[in-house]
Parts: sequence; C-alpha cells; structure tokens
Amino acid sequence: MGGSLNANHLMFLGYGALWTIGLSLIGLLGGGIAGFVIALCRISPSRIVRLLSAGYVQLIQGTPLLVIMFLTYFGLPALGVTVSPLMAAGASLTIFVSAYLGEIWRGCFESVPKPQWEAAEGLALSRSQRMMKVILPQAVQIATPPTVGFMVQIIKNTSLASVVGFVELARSGQIINNSLFEPFLIYTIIAVIYFALCYPLSLFSHRLEMRGGRARIELEAA
Amino acid sequence: MHKITRTDTASSVVGLSNVHKSFGALKVLNGVSFEVNRGEVLVLIGRSGSGKSTALRCIDRFETIDSGEIVVCGHRVSDPKLDLRALRQDVGIVFQSYNLFPHLTIEENITLAPCSVKGISKVQAKEQARRVLAQVGLEDKLHQYPEQLSGGQQQRAAIARSLAMQPKVMLFDEVTSALDPELTGEVLKVIEALAADGMTMVMVTHEMGFARGIANRVVFMHHGKVHETGPAAILTSPATPELAQFVGTGL
Repeated sequence: MGGSLNANHLMFLGYGALWTIGLSLIGLLGGGIAGFVIALCRISPSRIVRLLSAGYVQLIQGTPLLVIMFLTYFGLPALGVTVSPLMAAGASLTIFVSAYLGEIWRGCFESVPKPQWEAAEGLALSRSQRMMKVILPQAVQIATPPTVGFMVQIIKNTSLASVVGFVELARSGQIINNSLFEPFLIYTIIAVIYFALCYPLSLFSHRLEMRGGRARIELEAA
Repeated sequence: MHKITRTDTASSVVGLSNVHKSFGALKVLNGVSFEVNRGEVLVLIGRSGSGKSTALRCIDRFETIDSGEIVVCGHRVSDPKLDLRALRQDVGIVFQSYNLFPHLTIEENITLAPCSVKGISKVQAKEQARRVLAQVGLEDKLHQYPEQLSGGQQQRAAIARSLAMQPKVMLFDEVTSALDPELTGEVLKVIEALAADGMTMVMVTHEMGFARGIANRVVFMHHGKVHETGPAAILTSPATPELAQFVGTGL
C-alpha cells in the first residue's frame, strides 16, 4: 500500500491501454460487420426488413452502452448464460457500434446520387452488382471520414467496460489509484493516454474530410 | 386483356396504349398512346410538366403506371411479373446528367454491364468498348476518368456505354439540356449518326431544329395527353393552337 508511482505502475497502465485498443478493435470489427448488414437492411426493398432494422437502431441508440453492458454481464448469467468480462464488453460494444455505424453507412449509401442508382439499373445490373460495383465504391469514399471519426467514440466508450470488471485503461488507473491514492496525477495520466489515442484519429478524420471536400469543389469548378 | 397481339407485331418496338399515371394527386399521364416501329425516331416534345419525361421513363419501368398497357420489344412492361433485367437489356437509356460512374474509367464504365450482365469475356468487352467509343468519336478517352472529360464528351461516353449493351431501342431523356450549344452540337451529331444506322429511338428534347431534322414522328404532349402527333412537318405547320404556341416560343 502507498508508495509512489513507479515503472511497474506505468507498465500496468500500458497493458490497460493495450486492452483499450484491443477492445476498440473488437468493437470496430464486430460492429463494422454487423453495422454493414444493418445498413443494407435499412435500404432493403423489403418494408419488413427496413422496419425491423430501423427498430433495432432506435432501440440500441436509445439505450445507454452502460445498460447494455450490465444486461450482457449481469443479465445473461441470470438466464443461465455465463459470460466473461471480455465477452460481455466485446458483445456490448459490437451491438452499440453496429447501430451507429449502420446508421452512418445508411446515410452514405443514400448520399450516392440517385441518378447513379438509376444508371446502374438502366444497364440491367442486378441488385448485388449495382451495390458492389457502383454504389459501394462511391459510398466507401463518403463513409471514410465519419467512420474514422466514430472510432474516437468507440475508444472513449471502451472505458465503460471497467464496470463489468474488464481491466482496460480506465480500470487499470482505478486499480493503481486504489493503492497509491494519487487520483489527480493518475487520472491525468489516463486522460493524456486517451487523448493520445483519440487525437490522431480526429485529426486524420478531419484531413480526410477536407480532402473529400476539396475534391468535390474541384469537380464542381471543372 | 391480351392486347399484346395488337402491339407485338413484327415492326412495333415500343407501344403505349391508354397509359395513366399519377404522382399522388397530380395526374401526369392521362391516357397516353403512341407506337414506335423498328428503325423509327420518335421525338416527344412539350412544356415542362407535360408528362413527356415520365412517359419516357415508364417505357424503361423507372416509373410504374396506374393503368393502361406498355409493350416494349415483346416485354409487357405493365406486368408485375416482368423480367426487369431482360427488359433493360433490350432498352438503352441516356439521361440528362450523363451519370457515368465516377470511380471507373471510361473503358470500365462501358465494359461493366456487358461483362457482368451478358457474361462476355474481358477481352471481347474491351474490344467492343473501343468500337462504341470510336462510334461516338472518343476512342482516345478509353483510360480517362469521367471528371477529366467535358460535359459533351461525358454524354457521348454515356451513349457509348448504352450502345455496348446492343439495345434494340434507345431512350434519350433531354440529353443535351445540361450542355452549351457547342457541346450540344457534338452530342446531336452522334445521335444523328445512330438514327442513320437505323437505331430505333425515343427522345425527349427541347431542340426543335434538331427534332425537325431527325424525327420520323413527333408527339406533342400537353396536360398529360398526346395533344398532336404526326410527321416532323407538324412542327412547321401545327394543327392545334397549343403546338403553334409551343413551337412559336420554342424557336
């Protein structure tokens, strides 16, 4: 107990930071795949599929991530399903991210100009050919800046996994503070690490946005 | 119900009979009928909002109709069980805003549908791309991207893209409306050459001089109806006061 901050503590924080990155990647990958499916469902020709996916998005966006974490970690065992903190945190983030990315990407699909869809239809391309060869390549360009921007939200939201006992950056800070009682110092360090993870992504997203904007302006001027 | 025997004769490529179409409360087509025979050029004219573009879009089923019948190359377009992709292989459509795919080169724009839809080989498709581009005078633009081309060139490339599918009929929806007079001229020349080759065409245009020169038949639409129809000569000697007023202000 007590003592001062030493290299071991910093190592422990570094380890926590790695888990924050790992959990973010799980959320991005799982949520990305599920979100892609959601986005496709949201623009499906079938009304029922559109309604169901819209309902899912509304439900998840209207539920705090913290509550989703509680439900998966404490709720599922009550139903006889045991989950580890990693599984609970990973699954919760995947669900959370899928609703948001699904909605962001739906917007990107829909912002590909309608005449592009019609031109592809007029050439007798099938729906999947239109999506894969005409719409998706254009939507990806539109989607990149907001997706990179949303990664910042994912990283920050992984800190909520600490409530289910998952030792990521925030939780490892708590643990160290429990022995050192230096909250201001330790949480400052934690904040700086979060910032160091997020700021480059924000910057990158902004760059991408500017580049996209400039390309469009050049195109319109031409 | 089977009026198909009437319209599906050997020479009829497009036939509309008594077509009605509303957008909500707005009646856009109010009993439109006309027929286009093989090798014929039919020009649809009329004021904005007269329903000419809607009529054209119904032919390729970009709009569904409320009642009436449309038969295109033997396809009953009004049939809910229509094989849409089969129809669109027979019908080429060119839009006002070109709508080339910006992420693909001109060659890729042209070869995409023949390769994906008709399943012809890449080599064959590229050869064909060269041929149709030569037809519109753009053989040197094969590897450029749409944004590197002028509006007129983009529109000619869009025409080439349609031609590569070897359609039986081509639809042109105000294809020169976004172009200045000089660029309009180069696009119209390409369309004239197509007509001379015997391509069946239906076009919506505001270029009255061009319509006079190319049309086998003119359909003047007014308030969602075919108000006057006849050979190109009706543009110079209209029978109805509405057409007289329209060409009077249009020239």
